[in-house]
Amino acid sequence: MIIHIGLWVLLLASFLCLYRISVGPTAPDRTVAIDILGTLIVGFVCLYAVSRRQDFYINIALAWALLSFIGTVALAKYLEGRKFHE
Amino acid sequence: MSETIGAILISIGLAFDFVGTVGLVRFPDLYNRLQAATKCVTLGTATLLVGAAVYNGLSALAVKALLCAAFILLTSPVAAHAIARGAHISGVRLWPGSTGDAYLHQREEQELDHAKTETT
Repeated sequence: MIIHIGLWVLLLASFLCLYRISVGPTAPDRTVAIDILGTLIVGFVCLYAVSRRQDFYINIALAWALLSFIGTVALAKYLEGRKFHE
Repeated sequence: MSETIGAILISIGLAFDFVGTVGLVRFPDLYNRLQAATKCVTLGTATLLVGAAVYNGLSALAVKALLCAAFILLTSPVAAHAIARGAHISGVRLWPGSTGDAYLHQREEQELDHAKTETT
């Protein structure tokens, strides 16, 4: 029961993040919202794996956490205006 | 018993997640939004993953969920720090109601030192 409520709550939170991505005045605002959305999706996929009782969905959550971190750091470096090897 | 504890942990995590995203929408400034959303959502998702592991019992899913929680607790503050630094350097101004900007003074001092070493 709590799992299904949780899926809907995380969906609502993701839509709040999408609102910030669409209206955010500057590029760093959108970067923050994308980072938060990635973290929310990790929790969503984990709850979905528990609700479906399928183990392999959690692998998606792990891969998403890794890729979200790398993407956010790359975007932050791009905002800083430096090359990636510095 | 473990399902009850897991459900309580999942509820706490969901509350933190939702409050963090409301802060992401409502706060006036990039830096306010960053600190509200990052701290709340990091703790909330880590609690949610631990709760899912407890709810499910000992299995491969629980171990991977705990691994995921540890990874998020390690990397999310690093990403937030990188974003704040990049935003400040790329020229995002603070909200007018802010009381101070310590990083700006630090950067000015660093640039002065850099100029001194270049002239001498």
